[in-house]
Amino acid sequence: MNGRFVRPNPLPGFGPAFGVTLAWVALIVLIPLTALALRPWSLGITGVLASLESPRVLAALKLSFGASLAAAAINVPLGLLVAWVLVRGRFPGRQLADALVDLPFALPTAVAGIALTTLYAPNGWIGGLVAPFGIDLAYAMPGIMVALVFAGLPYVVRTVQPVLMDLPAEVEEVAATLGARPPQILVRVVLPAILPALLTGFGMAFARAVGEYGSVIFIAGNMPGLTEIAPLLIVIRLEQFDYAGAAVLALAMLMLSFTMLGAVNLLQQRLARRAR
Amino acid sequence: MNKRMALKSAAAALLLTITIGSRPAAAQDSLLNVSYDPTRELYREVNRVFPAVWQKQTGRSIAVNTSHGGSGAQARAVLDGLQADVVTLALASDIDALATRGLVAKDWQTRLPEGSTPYTSTIVFLVRSGNPKAIRDWPDLVRSGVRVITPNPKTSGGARWNYLAALGWALRQPGGTEATGEAYLRRLFAQVPVLDTGARGATNTFVQRGLGDVLLAWENEALLSREELGADRFEIVYPSVTIRADPPVAVVDAVADKRGSRAPAEAFLRFLYSPEGQEIAARHHFRPRDPVVAARYEQKFPPVPTFGIELFGGWPEAQARHFAEGGVFDQVTTPAH
Repeated sequence: MNGRFVRPNPLPGFGPAFGVTLAWVALIVLIPLTALALRPWSLGITGVLASLESPRVLAALKLSFGASLAAAAINVPLGLLVAWVLVRGRFPGRQLADALVDLPFALPTAVAGIALTTLYAPNGWIGGLVAPFGIDLAYAMPGIMVALVFAGLPYVVRTVQPVLMDLPAEVEEVAATLGARPPQILVRVVLPAILPALLTGFGMAFARAVGEYGSVIFIAGNMPGLTEIAPLLIVIRLEQFDYAGAAVLALAMLMLSFTMLGAVNLLQQRLARRAR
Repeated sequence: MNKRMALKSAAAALLLTITIGSRPAAAQDSLLNVSYDPTRELYREVNRVFPAVWQKQTGRSIAVNTSHGGSGAQARAVLDGLQADVVTLALASDIDALATRGLVAKDWQTRLPEGSTPYTSTIVFLVRSGNPKAIRDWPDLVRSGVRVITPNPKTSGGARWNYLAALGWALRQPGGTEATGEAYLRRLFAQVPVLDTGARGATNTFVQRGLGDVLLAWENEALLSREELGADRFEIVYPSVTIRADPPVAVVDAVADKRGSRAPAEAFLRFLYSPEGQEIAARHHFRPRDPVVAARYEQKFPPVPTFGIELFGGWPEAQARHFAEGGVFDQVTTPAH
């Protein structure tokens, strides 16, 4: 350390780049989040706690985080499968399938929600198949899961895909010639190499699902305590002009997400180190 | 070199922002009306007709723009700085929220006739063709096997009118008390399978998804649904008594004074009360205040006994008692322990 905050870097243009980065991150991320973190305390610490501990709030938080974890967990094996097929498979229309994976990124969430609801409602193509058996897809838990899995899928596929591509098919072939059976190849050769990427994908899919509002709102049913997600509760508080109460919930969600993503990152770093 | 370029571009960006931001406010040749969802078709026509009237009165031209959304969200947008010259919302309490924060004068409701509500509507039942579940009145809604579609009163202004209409009926029954009213609401919301966030969303759930046996709706939305989707698919049922829903209008004083648009803003709202404005409102399924226009539309708007928001002590009281956090709505929708 020579008394400067940033040590001189031989890279050309590092100084300005660092400055712009810092300013940009502050403007786009840090300042809004700081404002959010400061907002609730006008209620006092007891007010903040009181506005969090109602059964309805707890139910919404449990639903949002539980369903998001479950959706991310479903997306990991399915996303891996899709990525593996896209990387290793050679079939007509592969590039089209590859492009389709990105659609959930691009589609406005409301459009996704309406499309999924149309399909899964009791009078929809898929919902209509199971409705005679008394099974509700839309306006119930399964509907929420479908929307969250839909939103999270590309995150897993797109993080795993490049790593799979870098993993030469020869590695799998060599393992086979050394006598490994297919399940052994998967568990002992392929999985260790892509596990860090899978974890990143899991984290991103989870984060996206927690924040998802637009599509879930159409398919969830939104019944208090049953199918009401936490972001809707935030909107409801805003409708009551209860800005501080909304900020309390937002902050709680932010902290929970931050902790969970932090844990995922830590685990991923440890894995990456061990792999080396 | 790099540094200088960065500085230059930053300065240019700053300059651009300033020039755009400081365009003179003198041009009051436009009005922004911030409204709620079901008035889309109404204000599309008003915005087309009013400029000609204004031109004839003053010789000046004017363009009116309208933004639509949930009533509460729209009020919040104005609170957060949306430069609305006038607001035409679903509930007085949304304009009250603007008044509490000093954007609208406290006495806004006395500045125009009829409590600043140029047109009214009411809450009706929309049922499927032939009325297969024989739904005629409020008690039929809580019969077993009847599913009711209504949006969430927390997020929808229209849903608050639905809720109060149901409660008002229960209160006016022989022996009706707050307790029997709340018991009725609890049974009613137990029949609701989906709480959409807005009135249009609930209409879609009922009409497009085929969910539910009866939709609680604004009369204007019900008439519009029938007009758009075919009168043979749905029927409107008028219950024995319902609420008179009066959507209010007001000039946003803070904005009108700053932009110098008070004169056209006031003229715009007064136009809604004129025979021409009332005619447009009636055509778009809102009940006109003007008795002459109302007489012409008697067929369309059958007389129905109503009570007003006064039954609940006015909006501020109804809002605090029923729709605040932990209020009666929260209580009747929490599963009993």
